[in-house]
Amino acid sequence: MEFKPKVIAFLCNWCSYTGADLAGTARVKYKPNVRAIRVMCSGRIEPTFVLRAFRKGADGVLICGCHPGDCHYQEGNYRCLRRYHLLQKYIQQMGIETGRLKLEWISASEGKQYAELIDSFTETITELGPCKIKETMENLT
Amino acid sequence: MKEQKPKLKLAVYWAAACGGCCVSVLDVHEKLFDVVAAADLVFWPIALDFKYKDVEDMPDGHIDVTLFNGAVRNSENEYMARLLRKKTKILVAYGSCAHLGGIPGLANFFTGEEIFKRVYEESESTINPEKIRPQHEYEVPEGTLEIPVFFNDVRPLDRVVDVDYYLPGCPPQTERLLEVFLAIVTGAELPPKGSVVGAGTKAQCDECIRKKTENKLIKKFYRPWEINDDGESCFMEQGVLCMGPATRSGCGYRCIKGNAPCRGCYGPTADVIDPGTKMMSAIASIIDAKDPDELEKIISDVVDPAGTFYRFSLPSAIIRRKLL
Repeated sequence: MEFKPKVIAFLCNWCSYTGADLAGTARVKYKPNVRAIRVMCSGRIEPTFVLRAFRKGADGVLICGCHPGDCHYQEGNYRCLRRYHLLQKYIQQMGIETGRLKLEWISASEGKQYAELIDSFTETITELGPCKIKETMENLT
Repeated sequence: MKEQKPKLKLAVYWAAACGGCCVSVLDVHEKLFDVVAAADLVFWPIALDFKYKDVEDMPDGHIDVTLFNGAVRNSENEYMARLLRKKTKILVAYGSCAHLGGIPGLANFFTGEEIFKRVYEESESTINPEKIRPQHEYEVPEGTLEIPVFFNDVRPLDRVVDVDYYLPGCPPQTERLLEVFLAIVTGAELPPKGSVVGAGTKAQCDECIRKKTENKLIKKFYRPWEINDDGESCFMEQGVLCMGPATRSGCGYRCIKGNAPCRGCYGPTADVIDPGTKMMSAIASIIDAKDPDELEKIISDVVDPAGTFYRFSLPSAIIRRKLL
């Protein structure tokens, strides 16, 4: 059976979700593997959210926020950036491919870029294959 | 003669543990007389000569309280966890290992095979050219000898059996144990099943004795030996990783009072499922950098995030072992 990756995308309300919306209203075609979750700010995305997404079977997690300097709450995206770097280091230690987690800045006007990002990220995850976290955690002895 | 109230039956067992938890029980010192006045110790391998068979022969639910310390590492641990669950009314996961997996849980960064290879073949003090490994079963003229099966993963107690209460700490503070014990003896109303007892609900930082300021921005992380600790200001503000923000209070600040940062043995605060992710959030808030390169450099000083943030809790975290 062909592998259809499950990708969770956390999108900030002010830029990235609006950007994704724009991709939709402009009828840009992109891969259907993404489940978008809207949060108020990329700074709201706790590492817990990301790990739980993987634990529950996501093959890849995408975080999108406003471009640096553009955060609606001034600093939220920088917090997100720092968490992202820590998380990357952590998941690498846990034997998870770092490519499965990605942070990108998408502004409200970047519908096209959003679509391209989803396509390229889905492709990366397809190449990486299914994520083994869920299976491993359910089969501990 | 006045009829005496029947004594409580108390058991203490160690699974994959260092023995420190049992010693913390002994640390009740002269209060031991109060304990013995109110309870009979029916099983305690470190101090009393009872055999597993004695426990097997007990009727179900015979023991009132079992303090189970240690993680579940092998088939013997698992067998005793199930046996004691059957024989016990109140099963307490006592100490970090039974509660969260503890230090033995760090073995989840490796597989069983990797551990055996290191221990029986590669370690510097080992000479074993025939690569002999322990066998689960071994035939001798007198019959078959068995040793426990070494599992691939370490699990906390509640992944194996139903647990009534958790008493965290590495080891738990003896005063907290006495409070809990006396509550049971006096018949005080017990908290709901599954509660963490003998500890607070808030984070260590909430009442920390060190001085805190609003200046929570740091440019560099130090390992404790790299700085001269001033002895009074917040470790995090000095750039030393301290698990205080993500750790449950109740230990009496034993490490902090000894001028060492918190290592997180009391586990996550109430309602938090994973202490490590909370710690990542906390640290991300205090790093003073916006440029990815600078950020990368600062974070490179956090040498071992997984081992530091999950020092006592890897087997109960969201991601409970390293992927193979």
